[in-house]
Amino acid sequence: MPRMGYSFPEEVLEHVFSFIQSDEDRNAISAVCRSWHDIERWSRRRVFVGNCYAISPKMVIRRFPEVRSIELKGKPHFADFNLVPEDWGGYVAPWISAMASAYPWLEEIRLKRMVITDESLELISKSFKNFKVLVLSSCEGFSTEGLAAIAANCRNLRELDLGESEVEDLSGHWLSHFPDNYTSLVSLNIACLGCEVSFSALERLVGRCPNLRTLRLNRAVPLDKLANLLCRAPQLVELGTGAYSSELRPDLFSNLSGAFSGCKELKSLSGFWDVVPGYLPAVYPICSKLTSLNLSYATIQSPELIKLVSQCQNLQRLWVLDYIEDAGLVALAASCKDLRELRVFPSDPFGPEPNVGLTEQGLVSVSEGCPKLQSVLYFCRQMSNAALITIARNRPNMTRFRLCIIEPQAPDYLTLQPLDVGFGAIVEHCKDLRRLSLSGLLTDRVFQYIGTHAKKLEMLSVAFAGESDLGLHHILSGCENLRKLEIRDCPFGDKALLANAAKLETMRSLWMSSCSVSFGACKLLGQKMPGLNVEVIDERSPPDSRPESCPIEKLYIYRTVSGPRFDMPGFVWTMAENPALRLS
Amino acid sequence: MQGVVGGGVGAVSGGGGSSTSGASMSTVSNEDNLVLSSEDSSSCLDESELELGLGLSLGVGMGACKAQQSLRGGQYARILTAKDFPYVGSSASASVSSSSSSSSSSSSSSLSRANVAGTKRSADSVAAANGASQVVGWPPIRAYRMNSLVNQAKLPATEVFNSLIVKSRNSNPAVGKGTSSACVNAKEKGQLRSSLFVKVNMDGIPIGRKVDLSSHRCYETLAQKLEDMFATSSTIMNSRRGEEHDMMVEATRPSKLLDGSSGFVLTYEDKEGDWMLVGDVPWGMFINSVRRLRIMRASEANGLAPRSEESNGGQRIKPI
Repeated sequence: MPRMGYSFPEEVLEHVFSFIQSDEDRNAISAVCRSWHDIERWSRRRVFVGNCYAISPKMVIRRFPEVRSIELKGKPHFADFNLVPEDWGGYVAPWISAMASAYPWLEEIRLKRMVITDESLELISKSFKNFKVLVLSSCEGFSTEGLAAIAANCRNLRELDLGESEVEDLSGHWLSHFPDNYTSLVSLNIACLGCEVSFSALERLVGRCPNLRTLRLNRAVPLDKLANLLCRAPQLVELGTGAYSSELRPDLFSNLSGAFSGCKELKSLSGFWDVVPGYLPAVYPICSKLTSLNLSYATIQSPELIKLVSQCQNLQRLWVLDYIEDAGLVALAASCKDLRELRVFPSDPFGPEPNVGLTEQGLVSVSEGCPKLQSVLYFCRQMSNAALITIARNRPNMTRFRLCIIEPQAPDYLTLQPLDVGFGAIVEHCKDLRRLSLSGLLTDRVFQYIGTHAKKLEMLSVAFAGESDLGLHHILSGCENLRKLEIRDCPFGDKALLANAAKLETMRSLWMSSCSVSFGACKLLGQKMPGLNVEVIDERSPPDSRPESCPIEKLYIYRTVSGPRFDMPGFVWTMAENPALRLS
Repeated sequence: MQGVVGGGVGAVSGGGGSSTSGASMSTVSNEDNLVLSSEDSSSCLDESELELGLGLSLGVGMGACKAQQSLRGGQYARILTAKDFPYVGSSASASVSSSSSSSSSSSSSSLSRANVAGTKRSADSVAAANGASQVVGWPPIRAYRMNSLVNQAKLPATEVFNSLIVKSRNSNPAVGKGTSSACVNAKEKGQLRSSLFVKVNMDGIPIGRKVDLSSHRCYETLAQKLEDMFATSSTIMNSRRGEEHDMMVEATRPSKLLDGSSGFVLTYEDKEGDWMLVGDVPWGMFINSVRRLRIMRASEANGLAPRSEESNGGQRIKPI
């Protein structure tokens, strides 16, 4: 019987494998035979760990000894909305110290919702001689001191992206730590920093890095400095402005306008805090080349937004505040036929009354006019089943649909019915839907629709919805590709959870808060499913100080091959089988 | 809407019965058994069993569920508000703190403890100051974005919007009234509020917390909230970890943070990075300049003179 492994020498196989980048394909390759498994693991350069607690650093290093790029995610998504208590976890330090010795040639670290300290940043800067890319998305735990270490020591740094991280601003001088002979910067995103960075250092840095493509400034960089920066970096492809305001001065305007015109490659704009509308026309010369526009911090009215957006015929992504209103979205639909992604954020989410003329009609217009629209995040105050059905029929190519009707449990405003049928239409027509967020008044029926139709759905977010365990059961039993499920304030309890325990091992994670899951059920789940970490979060008091039938506050369940974690704070209990870890 | 639902699935007990009343709705009958996945019989959710389950296993939800079942006509699960818990308030919090640390309870009182525990939970999410309810983390907007929103001036309501409102009020009288009771409650109670979460650390307790300053209107309620917060965690600390840490022992709750009689003082770091005593400046000024809080041992608050009549800016403490 011919043996596949002997058909080609290792070097050839390795060369062939080097063309295979996707994790799924590489995992498939590893399963072919022992020798392919070995060749593949030695040649895997990039690892993605969707939940940092699903596996230990040691296990990753043991399997993949030659990794150059790693991506880790920590806290659950609902941490973005303050639902995960402080100090829950997501510490990257153990990973950094393990990799510091195991991966001396590591080039890229990408973290999301993790806690990283200045010590770790310093360790990174000193351990990896060829370090190139640091992306910290919604991270915290570090200060500008750590950034100074990165700037000072990473001679080959290409990308420093601070995402929307929470950085302790000790001083703006960290930027000056880039040595004078450092010229390899390609991408810098410091938009989240509160303090002023040393502007002259920034100017010199920008001026001496010819490969700089992405520059996202923070709010503290004033408008009158922007022209200077742009003149030093006319090759920029992506720009985030600082505060876009100044008293109106013709010289400043013409400088700015000239600088923008000089940026022939500019495709993406963001920033625009504190916009003074008089300066908007400065960007008109480059609008037609823009593919991505983030105006979600720009407090400008619909007429100005319309003027701007109407000139961006090549726009693929627009993030904007609801000041755009329905009229603006009609203009968008008419001008931007290449639009793929739309996000509309609320300008006054906590006001009891609406403050802008943005309704479900705006979204309907865009769904009608933009044939490529596939990703939507939309905050609004009213919705109807009719509108949702129309949107679904217009856009069967939708892959991400996140609707947030600001009022929890708001019904169809025309019929006062639940929005089950509308969302049902979405999942029925949009067969490739991968991500869905629900809102409004919803019964168990919507979950039945989802379980029946949303076969490609990978992530589902549910809030203030459903009537009984049946709802949860529909999701868990019907959605075959579900990876992440996050639920808050729904009357889901033990039954569906326990009945679908096996399903949980096929998912990355499940979050349930303010539901009706009892402590007893959590314990049972923890006992029966060793492949899961069942973590109970309760800030009131230990859950075993109450009867087992009492509902717990928050539950986070995730599959793991490395057992319960050891860095849990006092308000997190694991339902592990190991008696040493059980509550006394 | 035809053809969406494959099989008939029964509606569950509770308030969902009226969901099919609209003429355009699906024709699903709700009289059949609950039809679930056929592979696992243990997954069959019998309707009566479900009701029973609802009754037993719900803590907080119980109150809402019962209220829900007793109401007619399309009452769905709604957000619990202060109305559902007549004994909401700081007395409830206090009683839970003590009851949760007491060891035994008879089963008959377990349910009421569950209720009280649940009360504490929603009491937490109820703004202590004025009894209005508050939903944490809703609408789902990242803290980063919310902070930017808070710091920018808002635009006045637009003209288009104003005319839209007039038009819709004329054509649809249902808008603005008669929506679900949750919506009405929300409007009455100003249920959604902007948040201003700041970190709080207490000397001797390694785990920091976060507190939402926008849910308070004065120093007293903030101090009370912090006392409750850290009293609880110190209880947990002591019951789990013994005395190994250099921290307060059971009885020394920080009782009076504001007048220093507890041995601790409440301090905050302002925008300039200076640490100040909480309470000296008007509340509004404090809110605008506070970055984070620290409950400091009085002994460590160097250079802290007794609270005097200084009118400018409050007292500065030497940073540690």
